[in-house]
Amino acid sequence: MSQLTAPKIVTSRIGFDDSFTLDRFLATGGYEGLRKALTMSPSEVCAQVDAASLLGRGGAGFPAGRKWSMLRKNDVSYLVINGDESEPATFKDHLLIERDPHQLIEGVLIAAYALQVNQAFIFIRGEFALGLERLQSALNDAYAYGAVGTKILNSSFSIDLVVHPGAGAYICGEETSLLESLEGKRGFPRIKPPFFPAAIGLYGEPTVVNNVETMSNLPWIISNGGDAFAALGETPSTGTRLFALAGHVRNPGVYELEMVKNTFRDLIFDPALGGGIPSGGRVKAFIPGGVSAPWFYEEDLDTPLGQGQVADKGSMLGSGSVVVMDDSTCMVRAAWRITRFFSRESCGQCTPCREGSGWLERILYRLEHGEGRVEDLDLLLDLCDNIAPGLSWPPQQTTICVLGPSIPSSIHSAISHFRDEFLAHVKEGGCSYA
Amino acid sequence: MPEQPESSTTVSITIDGREVVAKKGEMVIAAAENAGTYIPRFCYHPRMKPVGVCRMCLVEVDSGRGPTLQPACFIEATDQMTVVTDSEKVKKAQDGVLEFLLANHPLDCPVCDKGGECPLQDQTLAHGPGETRFIEEKRHFEKPIALSELVLLDRERCIQCSRCTRFAEEVAGEALIDFLGRGDQVEVAMFPDEPFSSYFSGNTVQICPVGALTATPYRFAARPWDLEQVETTCTGCAVGCRVAVQSSSGRLTRLLGVDADPVNHSWMCDKGRFGFEAVNGVDDGNEELALTDPTRRLTEPMVRKNGTLVPVSWSEALSAVASQLKDAKEKDPQSVGAIGGAQLTNEGAFTWTSLIKGIVGSDSVDAQLGDGLDAQLVLALPRATIDEAANACTVILLSGDLREELPVLFLRLRHSAVEAKNSLIDLGPRTSALSAVAKVRLPARPGEAPLVARALAGDVAAVTQLKGHREGHTFGDEDLASAQHLLGEDGSGVVVVIGRTSVAEDAAFVESAARILHQRYPNAKFLPALRRGNVMGALEMGMAPGILPGETSLAQPGAALRSWWPLVPGIQGKTALEQLAAFGDGSQEVLLLLGADPLADVADGALVERALRSSGSLVCVSGHGGAILERADVVLPAAVVHERAGTTTNIEGRVSRLGQKMVAPGLAWSDWMIAAELAAALGAQWEFTAVGDVTDQIAAVVQGFSGISSNALAQPATRDGVVLGSTAAPTTAGLLDPMATPGMVSAEEFGLGSYAGIVRGEEQAQAPTSGAGAPSLTTSLSSGENVISPALDNYSLRIVGTHTLYDNGANIVGSPSLSALRKVAVAMVNPYDLDRLGLATGDKAKLRSGRATIILPVEADAGVLRGTVVLNANVTVHGAERRENPLASLVDSSLPVNDVVLESL
Repeated sequence: MSQLTAPKIVTSRIGFDDSFTLDRFLATGGYEGLRKALTMSPSEVCAQVDAASLLGRGGAGFPAGRKWSMLRKNDVSYLVINGDESEPATFKDHLLIERDPHQLIEGVLIAAYALQVNQAFIFIRGEFALGLERLQSALNDAYAYGAVGTKILNSSFSIDLVVHPGAGAYICGEETSLLESLEGKRGFPRIKPPFFPAAIGLYGEPTVVNNVETMSNLPWIISNGGDAFAALGETPSTGTRLFALAGHVRNPGVYELEMVKNTFRDLIFDPALGGGIPSGGRVKAFIPGGVSAPWFYEEDLDTPLGQGQVADKGSMLGSGSVVVMDDSTCMVRAAWRITRFFSRESCGQCTPCREGSGWLERILYRLEHGEGRVEDLDLLLDLCDNIAPGLSWPPQQTTICVLGPSIPSSIHSAISHFRDEFLAHVKEGGCSYA
Repeated sequence: MPEQPESSTTVSITIDGREVVAKKGEMVIAAAENAGTYIPRFCYHPRMKPVGVCRMCLVEVDSGRGPTLQPACFIEATDQMTVVTDSEKVKKAQDGVLEFLLANHPLDCPVCDKGGECPLQDQTLAHGPGETRFIEEKRHFEKPIALSELVLLDRERCIQCSRCTRFAEEVAGEALIDFLGRGDQVEVAMFPDEPFSSYFSGNTVQICPVGALTATPYRFAARPWDLEQVETTCTGCAVGCRVAVQSSSGRLTRLLGVDADPVNHSWMCDKGRFGFEAVNGVDDGNEELALTDPTRRLTEPMVRKNGTLVPVSWSEALSAVASQLKDAKEKDPQSVGAIGGAQLTNEGAFTWTSLIKGIVGSDSVDAQLGDGLDAQLVLALPRATIDEAANACTVILLSGDLREELPVLFLRLRHSAVEAKNSLIDLGPRTSALSAVAKVRLPARPGEAPLVARALAGDVAAVTQLKGHREGHTFGDEDLASAQHLLGEDGSGVVVVIGRTSVAEDAAFVESAARILHQRYPNAKFLPALRRGNVMGALEMGMAPGILPGETSLAQPGAALRSWWPLVPGIQGKTALEQLAAFGDGSQEVLLLLGADPLADVADGALVERALRSSGSLVCVSGHGGAILERADVVLPAAVVHERAGTTTNIEGRVSRLGQKMVAPGLAWSDWMIAAELAAALGAQWEFTAVGDVTDQIAAVVQGFSGISSNALAQPATRDGVVLGSTAAPTTAGLLDPMATPGMVSAEEFGLGSYAGIVRGEEQAQAPTSGAGAPSLTTSLSSGENVISPALDNYSLRIVGTHTLYDNGANIVGSPSLSALRKVAVAMVNPYDLDRLGLATGDKAKLRSGRATIILPVEADAGVLRGTVVLNANVTVHGAERRENPLASLVDSSLPVNDVVLESL
């Protein structure tokens, strides 16, 4: 039973052809949240975000208000927006940047005001050509309008905002790697400690790194109050979330749904949403929160779309990207394709991820192409175990960042549930799905 | 065992169930190593910042929240931490990392230079899986590719530990190599059109934990198990880096930097590392090479007969020289003099000084070649150690470019400026490699050093005078104020690095500046930046006019020395330049060149040419051929570095042992033996049978050296050498980390080596006489030559004569790998001046001085001050004869400063 009555918090303007323009934005309540925020004290703004219990929308789901409160007091601090959305089947921020760039800018300005930061950066995936063009143009318009720059909207607050395109590396979505890249260096994730950019971040100064969708929620939260936001969903998964639905569904796309009130079955099968599987087949497996996440299966369809609810079942809601695989899908091929992505995007810094990802990819390729051996299954799992010891979730890791322990998720899921399919590949010398 | 812990600086941790004490802030990997638990590693290097990327050192660490796998190189030891290095979980993780590292590694060990000394091999054996499970195609790269003339990269073998890239950026400050690509296709790469041309590139080869980086001179030269090793001190320059020298099949093959804490931190420069090729000589067909060929090793004594040098026996050659010395001793001791000494051991320096000064009676001995500083002043100034300079709050640089002259001192000071944020005040006449990290730059043009020193000392008139220069002053009032602020009240915590800022100006300018700084800032210490190998040892052994062994004046010989020497010269002798002039005009009849080559080393070419046209007797004591032999009357072949034992002294006064790895070729002798035989011919009864006897004689008769007997230096605690007069306790070298410098055999394992000869009883270290400055030479602190720098006319540029590491020096031209890298002569001019003259980089221009007119290409260089032109010493224009040295042609050493007119052709 889908609950589709919740307000559209971040996608309210998406239906307009000119949703990305300043005119449309202003005509639909744009910059009102910022105006209101500027009449409040920074701590009052923070209090509203705390009250909203807004969880970060980038994947880890860390409460935004708590992240803000960790910002080390310093003369110089920065706000950096992570718009480097690069994971396969993840495309929600893409939509927000292309279709409502002013909403993102307004959110960033509210956050910067709350944090009293005078310099913010939006790091956006370099391949988002149209998004980059629209965001840059929106930023220029916002400067001209007086919403960004010196003494914005006639307040005493000044802020500069820079849009910086990435150079095509998935790893730069990892926040410390993003900061390195922003500093002009090679995008290698930073080793911990320091554990949080809030202590030592961009150029060594305290830095808050937030996701595009997280920021896009702020205008609504300030306009309507944190409590109104918190009333949606179920604590701690409050408000709405964007779900990028892909794979074997009739209506792939981005859907804004109230948290927890809907299930994966609703998202995939509701005619107003995914619309079910085109072939009429069954759900063989689905990925609940991006390709880093352990897979779910038909029996998990009724899991509510909430952070804790998914975690309880051993996976994560992550970036909100849901990939559906029906029973025509080869699980070996699926695991191989995902692993190939990681092996090509491993930054190459830590040995287990650099060498392990490539090795795993080559074994899976052999299996899929008929040159597998029975012992390869245990080898795959053991190599995975050497990257993420114990193969538990959330994973332990032998690497600096979480890209490494993300690699085993699909392989472990596929082999655990579809071992016979792997063995069939070995026995039959190839893939029967092709 | 560590010293008794103090709770404020130590923490208590548990490693594999044992409670151990660790230093606060120390990484677990180091704490465990100190406690005897070796955690395997690849990327970690004790002299670089940890990065934690190879993941080999994963251990289980529990800081109170349960055990997790953590890289031991990146987690600080904290109180009550529990570390487990041998659990199943740790073993599996380490096994896993090694298996991953080997996945794409080519396993071409049988043809790899690293095979046999490879950390990847060794740690695989100790910690890795027995068999590989990798059956896929390994990655392929073209192998090897050249990163520079000296360093080759095999990307297939690389394990991406980032030691080389970090060294280049963090230690050398030259980020010329970095990673390219992603995943397992990551490779170390250069930037387009920018080769990895660094004076320190050999260090990347030394620290590479696999065979990915190889140096051309060692490539396929030996197998590690055939190498023999001796520990010694590099005398390529006067920093005195401790090194391990290795040979195979009777030829030197490789030098590795030893991690001497007070000196070189395991680093070396490429000149020191690869200059060993000059020792080997070009090949066994030496006879084919002309005597003038600098790659030729001299293997037999020679005497000029009927205009030709012919091989003779040692006794004939020695008696020829001895009879001349005997004549001089009886008639006029002043008619004999010796130039050189920095190439000698302390023992050689002591025996030669004893011969010339104590037996013949001439004080004309000079280890410097007109490009150094007044020895009495250098020895009298309160001296700093390298560590003191590196730890000083403020360092004044009054020297040439240290990267060119004393490369590893540059590394130490750069590290201190970058990492410890110590302040550098740069007074050099042109920007140096350290200028970029200096807090203040107060450039002193040629002749201006005393004025800048006076300005620093608060003399307002000096500032006015500096502002009166044709081009105005070179720094603003605020620069001066901030420099003065950095020097504090009395110079406490300040070290002045003092050397020659230009060989085209009178040394008196820098000397005067040093006196002014010493008087105004009496607590400041001085680190002499004299370049040549054992120049400090030679000076301490009395190889300068007016001084005797033990840093005393002619008037105050120590009692022990006085009783051992038959006589002490009564008249102050001549400097090197004065000797050349006297030899040229016939007033000096015998000139001994002790490993010195005035054609290459003296900045006044006309003076040298005139000296060589004289009819006096020229005796060359040398290991290599050279153009100077065309004029030599007697040639005495000497053993060179790595072929002789003894001791050497570095810029800070550290005496350390030289190890002998090779036997000198043919009939060549150690320097001290030649002097001793000559002394015997003159009636002395020294009874030295081995070099250790000389070392012990120095300890017995030279003031201040009594603690430095051969026995005292053979103790493990003095492995890094002993600083005369230093109050700091000798450091005990830590255990060798085989993964930090693969291929080095630990001293403990190899044995410290031993002196042949008799050890004369235990000597107790005595209270210092130097360090605070030599007491009998202190008059030189207050009085000295006062030179005036004439005003620069409107048409001229004033010459700054500088050094480059890759000049035409014997070590460079004698080593084929380095010879190719020699710099060519070019006139470096400020872009403003070049524009004014209508010239551009690459143009040829005419340079006219009082001495000569020469044609040189010009180069715009913003680091050169307006009104000056920078020329390197001892380099030639492309394709020219080695002795055609533009700077030497232009410079008249009798002038306080040298000016040239620069014109387009």
